[in-house]
Amino acid sequence: MSDGVPRGLQVKRARGLSRTVRYQNRRRLLMMAEGSKADSRADRGGMAGNFDLNQPLVGAGLESPADEEGVHVSFSQLIAEQCQDGEDLDGFELQQLDEESRDYVTELGSGFEYSGRGLNDMEMDSDGRQTDPLVSVPWSSATMKILSSMPSRTIGRSRGAILSQYYNKTLQLRRRSQSRPSIRDFSRSSRPSIRGYGMEVDVTDGPESEIKKRERLVNNLQNLSVGDRMKMLRGMPLSVAEKKNLRRLTLQKDKSPTSSSKIPCCSQLKYYIIIAVRHSWYSWLSFLHSLQLWQFLLKRVGGRFGTGVLSYFLFLKTLLFFNIFLFLVTFLFLVLPQAMHPPELPEGGRDFTGLELISGAGLFTDTLMYYGYYSNFTLQRSCAGEHNRSASSDPDCLSKRFSYNMSLAYFFTIGMSFFITCIILVYSMSKSFGRSFRIDKSYSILAMKVFSSWDFKVIKQTSVELMSENNCTQLKELLAEVVQKKEKNSPCQALWRLMVHGLAWAICIGATAGCVISVYFFSEYMHKDLQRTSRQANANPLLKEASLLALPALVSLLNLLLPGLFNLAAWMEEYHSPSVRTYVALGRNLMLKVSVLAVLCYHWLGRVAAKPNDINLVCWETFVGQELYRFLIMDFIFTLLNALFGELLWRLFSQRVLRRGRKPAFDIARNVLDLIYAQTLAWIGVLFSPLLPAVQIFKLLLLFYVKVSSVMMNCQAPRRPYRVSQMTTIFITLLCFPSFLGASVCVTYTMWSIPPSTSCGPFRNLGTMFQAGKRWVQELEKNNPDLSVVARVHAYLVENPFFLFVGAGIFLIVIYFYSQVVDGQRKVIALLQEHIEKEGVDKKYLITQLQSVHERKKRIPRRLRSQDSGC
Amino acid sequence: MGATASQLDKGMLSEYQELTYLTKQEILLAHKRFSELVPKEEIDRINCRIPMNLVLTLPELKSNPFNERICKVFSTSDSHDGSLNFDDFLDLLSAFSDSATLEIKSHYAFRIFDFDDDGTLGRHDLEKLVNCLTGGTDDTNLTPEEMRQLIDNILEESDIDKDGTVNLSEFQHVISRSPDFVSSFKIVL
Repeated sequence: MSDGVPRGLQVKRARGLSRTVRYQNRRRLLMMAEGSKADSRADRGGMAGNFDLNQPLVGAGLESPADEEGVHVSFSQLIAEQCQDGEDLDGFELQQLDEESRDYVTELGSGFEYSGRGLNDMEMDSDGRQTDPLVSVPWSSATMKILSSMPSRTIGRSRGAILSQYYNKTLQLRRRSQSRPSIRDFSRSSRPSIRGYGMEVDVTDGPESEIKKRERLVNNLQNLSVGDRMKMLRGMPLSVAEKKNLRRLTLQKDKSPTSSSKIPCCSQLKYYIIIAVRHSWYSWLSFLHSLQLWQFLLKRVGGRFGTGVLSYFLFLKTLLFFNIFLFLVTFLFLVLPQAMHPPELPEGGRDFTGLELISGAGLFTDTLMYYGYYSNFTLQRSCAGEHNRSASSDPDCLSKRFSYNMSLAYFFTIGMSFFITCIILVYSMSKSFGRSFRIDKSYSILAMKVFSSWDFKVIKQTSVELMSENNCTQLKELLAEVVQKKEKNSPCQALWRLMVHGLAWAICIGATAGCVISVYFFSEYMHKDLQRTSRQANANPLLKEASLLALPALVSLLNLLLPGLFNLAAWMEEYHSPSVRTYVALGRNLMLKVSVLAVLCYHWLGRVAAKPNDINLVCWETFVGQELYRFLIMDFIFTLLNALFGELLWRLFSQRVLRRGRKPAFDIARNVLDLIYAQTLAWIGVLFSPLLPAVQIFKLLLLFYVKVSSVMMNCQAPRRPYRVSQMTTIFITLLCFPSFLGASVCVTYTMWSIPPSTSCGPFRNLGTMFQAGKRWVQELEKNNPDLSVVARVHAYLVENPFFLFVGAGIFLIVIYFYSQVVDGQRKVIALLQEHIEKEGVDKKYLITQLQSVHERKKRIPRRLRSQDSGC
Repeated sequence: MGATASQLDKGMLSEYQELTYLTKQEILLAHKRFSELVPKEEIDRINCRIPMNLVLTLPELKSNPFNERICKVFSTSDSHDGSLNFDDFLDLLSAFSDSATLEIKSHYAFRIFDFDDDGTLGRHDLEKLVNCLTGGTDDTNLTPEEMRQLIDNILEESDIDKDGTVNLSEFQHVISRSPDFVSSFKIVL
């Protein structure tokens, strides 16, 4: 029984090529009938016949695509010959196949051994010809020619193949613009598979096939719209010279009919307008491109540290754009109108002491910086402008009055800017998810690593050396992981590891809890201290201001020191997988920052805002704005100190004292979390201090230069592999989920339920800030009854929670549908992969057939010759 | 047909903009850098070629282990010597630019990695590729046994039709699942 397969193979090999079509059909039927059996056979076939088809080609010198045509001719000849040859074997084959399949049934149990034997038999079979992959296989020249002209090998190489591939693509594009045929309309073979490339390797093609293909392609290109044509031309992997040629041909043919047939004047005009618009659009785009910030510096960083560290700086740039957007909105709609109509301030001039820059209080208190300065008037201006007083007496000027309701503007500006930021964030998050999330989940780590790990941006010699060294160690590690497939730890070891992890987590959680408690009590203490000093009339204002700096300093110090402790804990734990290590570090840092921020928010909104009179505050919003300003500035100072002393001293220490050759690695995760923390503060602060984004912009700009120089001087690229796009997704998600969501919850809570100060700010006469909007809607309804629909919609949508639930329900349903679609796609992918594998088996079978036929052909003349000589 | 090395007129500029993924600024910069490399006596010749060794003096390509392959892939010279004319140079930059699609990037990556130009990545290509990645010096090299295992694993993971080599579609399939590829397959002038 054991020699069933080799015998089958031999028999098959003896049969002609014409069988193959029928064979395939039969095989398919067989597959359908026997299901898993056929699968196992395909697998076995794959393992048994693992030739290295590439090997002989190296020496054969058949690289030139020009050989293509000759090859097809020989192929068709062979087919024709074999058609006559093997007709009579048909019945026998069927019988044989049945027998064979029975063999498989009985052999299924011992699958693995069997395939090993199959391999051996394969190597031994038919007059001891060796098919070992590493030894060059004596393929005949015809076989090699056919091999080298296989579609799978010519796609990337031959110009004709690329042309016809793109011909098909343009055809598809045209078809799609007309109507999209359903997949059922295609014949089985043209369903998506390798054949989707639509290689038309038709045998009848003469030497002029390439010209023909090009002509057809040009024809198709002409029928596309200008934009599509350009996209197509750009996307072709051909040389520019070739593309120029194509473009010229396309344009030539394009022009000739238009010039001969008189086109109407207006469409010509339209044509020119389109061209002009397109040109200006291009120049606008390239202008935007030339504006790209810090391109040179980013290139240097990327050239030295690779994509991982670069992602930190790109994230910083993203944050900068968010802040610029926020700043522009608040500046245009709040600061500018208010600056044009400054309110009258009580004369109590304070001197500039220098402490303001850090504390944000003192001279800065009654400025555009903070909430308290903004008035609740409707700013008004007569239609003809202020310089023309006589015009204001004009009767119809009253109706053209330009009015600006400050409280409403404040409410809507903050609301809209948060809303737009939210949309941008969600959009970039989904885009980033789309990029890093893949539908099929097969893990090809090694192949991915080898094919896409080289960072072509890195140009510095030492960095290149470092990168190749890192690549080598990573490859070795990955290989060891893959080969050993996780050797089982003994229970004792597992227990030990569990204990170590538990200890590390206990330390981290304990430290975080300690921090939170200390911040809580310290803020309480400072609050009481403030109450005490506010009652004393003769307290030194400077000292008071300076004492306010204690809380931000403490928090920033904790933020600086605790990540070091976390790193220590992680070092103790010795995580094997770098991604787990990064996630754990991220999780711990996030835990710290979120809990500290939560305590602070409670401090501001629960203590300060609830009882502003306790500390003698006229305007608690301004005070909170100042606090946020202080936190931002203090965070910045500590970051600078960290860059200067932390990184510099650590580098000197590790190089001089520890005598390590390496510089410390740049901790991307921690630095990004610092950025996110600062951004959260800025978002919370916008409500209380509309100019806070400007401070943040300034801070980010400075930070960029400081970090670039610090990184250049003190750091080197991380040793561990760093999955950039996955990490970028996580960063954006973190920015969106705890950071932005937390900030907007804070702001919304403040607007909805905390009563604003009664004597300052745009909402001074209102119960809550939200009432500004409500009152406006009511007024609108009163003034024009036609708009009562708006009021009703407002009442239903905003004040009724039912719609919220409906919205959430629809959202969940949509998500469910999408997940179902993804699931279906996964199944289709699995089916297609199976299909490809089977086609591969077929291909191999065909090639061996071809080889044997060729050998037989060679042998027959020899035999004839020997007979001749015998005679 | 080609550009004179000394100037670049407006029509050509827009043509290049249409055919490549480069912006106007990038094309002009590329032209400047290219003209700097052209030997003095050839500066007026139309469509002049820079030999490979001169191209490789560019700092962007100098230390790249794939630099010779890159030149050879993008060269349209008949003698396959890796020399580049301006068109080829733009082609190179376009494929490595920010806005080039994954498809075109993976196509050229495949051709760069296909050391013997036979249209598929066989064992030899993979071995050379790994050697380029690891620097190929003696102390950082993988042992032959490790190399064999590595290549076996790569083939097992990516060779879907099990013919012992990785062809373009299989390569693009792997690349499409590796989102970092697009960001790392870039050369900026």
